Amino acid sequence: MSGRLFGAAITRVEDARLLTGTGHYVDDIELPGMLHAAFVRANFAHGRIRSIDKGDALAMPGVVAIYTMDDFADIAQGPMPAMAPHPLLKTPITYHPLSDAEVRHVGEAIAIVLADNRANAEDAAAAVMLDVEYLPAVSDVVLARVANSPTTHSQYASNIAATMKAGFGDCSKVFAKADHVLTEHFDIHRGGCHAMECRGVVANIDLLTDALTISTSSQSPYMVRRHLAAYLKRDENGIRVMTPDVGGGFGPKANVYAEEFAVALAAIKIRRPVKWIEDRQEHFVATTQQRGQIWSLDVAFDNDGRMRAISGHCIHDNGAYAPYGLILPATAIASFPGPYALEALDLTVDVVLTNLVPTSPVRGACRPNVAFLLERLADRIARHLGIDRQDVRQRSFVKADQMPYTTGMKARDGSPISYDSGDYVGALNLVLEKIGASDFETRRKEAKRRGKLRGLGIASCVEDTGLGPFEGASIRVTPAGRVIVATGASSQGQGHRTAFAQIAADALGVELDDVTVETADTAKFPLGISTIASRIAVTAGSSVQLAADKVRAKAITFASHQLEVDEQDLELEAGAVHVKGIPDMKIKLSEIAGALAGSTGVPLPGNMEPDLAATAYFNSNALTFAYGANACEVEIDPETGDIRVVRYVVVHDCGKLINPLIVDGQIRGGVVHGIGNALFERMIYDEQGQPLTTTYGDYLLPMASEMPPIEIHHMETPSPRNPIGVKGAGEGGTIPAAACVISAVEDALGPNGPFISAHPISPQQVVQWLEVAR
Amino acid sequence: MKAPPFQYHRPQTREELSALLSSLENAKILAGGQSLMPMMNLRVLAPEHLIDINRISDLAGIRETADGIEIGAMTRQADVLSSDIVKARIPLLIRALEHVGHIQTRARGTIGGSCCHLDPSAEQPAMCAALDAELIVTGPEGRRIVPISEWFEGLLQSALGEQEFLEAIRIKPWAKGHGYGFAEYARRHGDFAVAGGAAMIKAGNDGRITRAALLSFGVEASPRRLSDAEVALIGQPIDKLDIEPVVTEARALDAMEDVHVTAGYRRHLAGVLIRRALHEACTTLERQP
Repeated sequence: MSGRLFGAAITRVEDARLLTGTGHYVDDIELPGMLHAAFVRANFAHGRIRSIDKGDALAMPGVVAIYTMDDFADIAQGPMPAMAPHPLLKTPITYHPLSDAEVRHVGEAIAIVLADNRANAEDAAAAVMLDVEYLPAVSDVVLARVANSPTTHSQYASNIAATMKAGFGDCSKVFAKADHVLTEHFDIHRGGCHAMECRGVVANIDLLTDALTISTSSQSPYMVRRHLAAYLKRDENGIRVMTPDVGGGFGPKANVYAEEFAVALAAIKIRRPVKWIEDRQEHFVATTQQRGQIWSLDVAFDNDGRMRAISGHCIHDNGAYAPYGLILPATAIASFPGPYALEALDLTVDVVLTNLVPTSPVRGACRPNVAFLLERLADRIARHLGIDRQDVRQRSFVKADQMPYTTGMKARDGSPISYDSGDYVGALNLVLEKIGASDFETRRKEAKRRGKLRGLGIASCVEDTGLGPFEGASIRVTPAGRVIVATGASSQGQGHRTAFAQIAADALGVELDDVTVETADTAKFPLGISTIASRIAVTAGSSVQLAADKVRAKAITFASHQLEVDEQDLELEAGAVHVKGIPDMKIKLSEIAGALAGSTGVPLPGNMEPDLAATAYFNSNALTFAYGANACEVEIDPETGDIRVVRYVVVHDCGKLINPLIVDGQIRGGVVHGIGNALFERMIYDEQGQPLTTTYGDYLLPMASEMPPIEIHHMETPSPRNPIGVKGAGEGGTIPAAACVISAVEDALGPNGPFISAHPISPQQVVQWLEVAR
Repeated sequence: MKAPPFQYHRPQTREELSALLSSLENAKILAGGQSLMPMMNLRVLAPEHLIDINRISDLAGIRETADGIEIGAMTRQADVLSSDIVKARIPLLIRALEHVGHIQTRARGTIGGSCCHLDPSAEQPAMCAALDAELIVTGPEGRRIVPISEWFEGLLQSALGEQEFLEAIRIKPWAKGHGYGFAEYARRHGDFAVAGGAAMIKAGNDGRITRAALLSFGVEASPRRLSDAEVALIGQPIDKLDIEPVVTEARALDAMEDVHVTAGYRRHLAGVLIRRALHEACTTLERQP
C-alpha cells in the first residue's frame, strides 16, 4: 500500500490548531448554568467512613450541592461494571462512583461538591468533615501477599486477587538437559500517565429529551457510554459521549473512571451541566498508574548462549481495585517469549491487591517489563559465559526464515500466537552497525580520559499490535465534494486526522485538504472500542481503507451508468472518475455525490443505493507483531553517579508507514518515556500507603534537557494480516528503552560492577555500586 | 489546586507597603511568585492577605554605591543574569544563576524572593552567603542592615520581621582577578540541587592564597560556610593546594535526607562539589603579575 499520500512524511493537519492555542479540550467547554465540581478525597489509605458532615461546607460561598453515594439512591447504586471481566476474578473489584463506606486508597473519591466555581468547590471540599474508623493499610506488595497480612478489602480473606498461569513445552525436561541454569530476581517499577492534560469531564442533561451528554478526556468514549448505560439502566441511544481534543492518554485514560460516573450522576441529580477538571494533585492519587512487579526467573541456556527455557514467578502490584480486570498482568504474560525462540516456558503471576491507586496499562503496559526481563537475562547469560551480548541474541532469536513463527503461547480465544513477519536478527545487526558498535571501545577510552565511564547498551523487543476485535469508519462524500471520514477511534494527539486523511485521500483521488476526519463522537459513528494497545493504525486505518474502497467502487459504478462505459475502463483520479486514457470524459466526485443525494422525482441510475457513502469495519482477528532493536550509549560521572544517555539509536519495523513523521514522533516520545522509567520516574509510598511524590518536584519526569538525540531507522516488512500492511507503532519506542539504558549503565560500570535487576536506578545507587566495585 | 481565599493588595510605593505590613495580620509578600503561588495552590500556605509588590518600581534595579553593589529585591533573576555590572564584578553570582530554574521562571523569579523564601538548595541566598552580602531591610522602625550570617534562622526561615520587607541585597565585590567557582548537582536541568558548592579565592604576587570563601549548600537546612577550611587555605600556594581539609569539612556536614537521597550521599556530593568549585576557582583566578 503506497500512494501519493500514504507513506508520505507530511506535517500533521492538527498542529496549526493545537500549537496556536486553538485546540478545544474538555476544559474549554462552557455551558450556560454550568457548575464546577471538586471531590472530597480520602487522605488515608484504608478506613471505614462512619459519617459525613456536610453542614459547614454546604453553607460556604457559592456552594450549590454536596452529594455522597446515598444521594444518588433514586438514580443508581452499587459498584461500577467491570470493564474487562476476567474468569479468574470471581467478583469484579470495581469502584463505586463515590465510596460506599470502605475507602481503599488515598485519593478515593468520597463526595462531590458542586459550586459556582472550582475554587469555591475546593474550599468547601476541604470543609466536609469525615468520621473515619481507620483500618490497617497494605502498601508493600510483597508483604501484602503473605498469608497473615491485613487485607486491602476487609471483606476478602487474602490480597491475592488471582493467580494466572501460562506457558508451553516441558520446562523440567529442558532445564534438565540445558548446559546452564541461572536464577535472577527483578524489581521493576513503572510510573504513571502524566499526560499534559489531566482528566476532565463535562456532563449535561437535556431538560427536554432527558438525553445525557458527556465530554470526557478519554481513550475509550464508547466504553464510557456502554458502561454508563448499563449502570444507569438507560439505552445507549440516550447517552452521547464525545472526546474533544485530548492532551495525551498513554493508557490510563482508557479506563472508565468513577469520576465520569459521579459527574454524570451529579448532573442528572442537579439537572444542570457539571464540569470537573482533574488537577495535577488528583492525577497523582486518582488516575491509574503502573507500579511494581517483583519477578523471580530461572533461565536455561546452552554453552553457545542459546536461551532455551524460562520459568518463574511474579508478584504483581494491582492496587486497590481492578477497574480494567486483569489486563495488565495478562499483558505481562502475553509478552513472552519476545523475540526469543524458547522450547519451554512456565510462568505464574500472583495479582496482589494493595491500598494504593489501581494499576492499569501505561504505554507498553507490561511489555517493557518483559523486555527488561528477557534482555537482562540475555546480558546475564553473556556475562556468565564470557561471550558477546549480541551472540546470545543472534543464537536465541526467532529467525526470519521461521516466519510466520508459532511461539507456543495462546491468545485469549485459545488460538496459537504466531508472529506474522520480521527479521529480528537483521534489526539487531542493523542497530549495531548504525551506532558503530565495532568501534565503541575507542569511545569508551576517550570518555575515560575525560573522567567518564561510557557504556553501550542493546535491547530488542517484539510487540503485539492491532488488538481486536475491530474499529470501524464511515466515509461520505458531500455534494460539495468534501470527504467526511468518521471513526469511533478516539485520538489523544497521535495525528489520527492526518493519517486517516492520507489513507482516504489516496483511495479517493482527492487532496488532503478535501478530507475532514471526525473522531470519537458516539453520535457520529455507532461503535468503537478503545485507542489502546497500538491498535488504531491496524484497525481504524484498515477500516478507512475498506470504507474508501467501497465509496470508490460506488463512484465508479455510478459513472459507469452515467457515461455508459464499462467499470474496468474507468478510474478515479484528481477528484473525478474519468475514462482511462480520456481525462476529459469525467464526472467529478461532487457531481456523483450530488446525484446520489437525490433530486425530487428523479430515479437514481441503475437503481443504485443513495448517498456516496460507505461504512466498513476491520475485524483484527490475528495480531500483527511489530519489533525493534535499540542501542544506546551512556556516560556516567563516577563521582556524582550522574547518568547521561548520550546517544540513542532505534531500528524499528512497524510494517508499512502511513506517515513516517508521525511514526518517528511516536517512537521518539516512547523512548523518552522509557528513559524516564529507567532513570527518573518513581512513585513512592510510605508503609501507610501515603504517596510521597505528588508534585513534579519529587516525581521526576524526563525533560528535554536530559534527553539524547534519538536516531530512528525504519525497516518496512508489510504485515500480511491487514489490507494496508501496517503494524502498530504507539508503544514500540517505549518497550525496549528502559532495558537498553540499563544495559548500557551496566556495561559502563564494568566487569566488577553489579548485575542490574531493577529500575529506576539513581545516581546514589551508582555511587554505592562503584564503591563496592572498587 | 486553587489557592484558598485571600485578600489581594497592590501597593504602589514603599510607604504603602510599610503601611499594609503594619496593619495586616497573616500577610505574605508576593514577589515573583515562583515558590509562593505553587505553595498556595497546593494549599501548603494559606495567608489571609497577599501583598503584591510588583508595582513598586524602585524595588528593582542594580546600582553601584560606595558600599558595594546593590541589587533591588524585586530584580528579576533574568535581569541579574544580563547585568553588565554583575557580570564584571560578581561573576560567581552569574555562574550560579545559570542553574536557577529555567528561562521562563527566571523572567519572573526575583533575587529578593529567593532570599526571603530560603529553600536550602536555593543558589541565590547561598551565593549571598559566599559573598558576605548584607540585606537591607525596612520596617516600622526604619531601615536596618542585616549581615547574611545573621539572616538564616532555620529551614525556610529568615530574619525578616513580620512587618518588614527586604529592600535590596548589597554585595561588596571581590577585587578584580579573583578566582571563583561553582558546582552543583541536580537530577535534571533547573531542578533544585541535591547539593552544591561555591568557592572564591584571591592570591598574592607569590601565588599564595590571601583570602578564601568556601560554601556548601543544599546539604544542611541553610547554606554553610566552611570556615575552618577557609582558614586552612590561607597562605597555600594555589598550584599545590592541600584540598583534603576542604573536602573533609564538607563531608562532615549535618546533611539532610529525603525520599530520594540519604544523608550519606549528600555528604559525599558536598565533598565532590566543593572540590570542583575550588578547582574551578583556581582556573578562573587571574595571576597577579
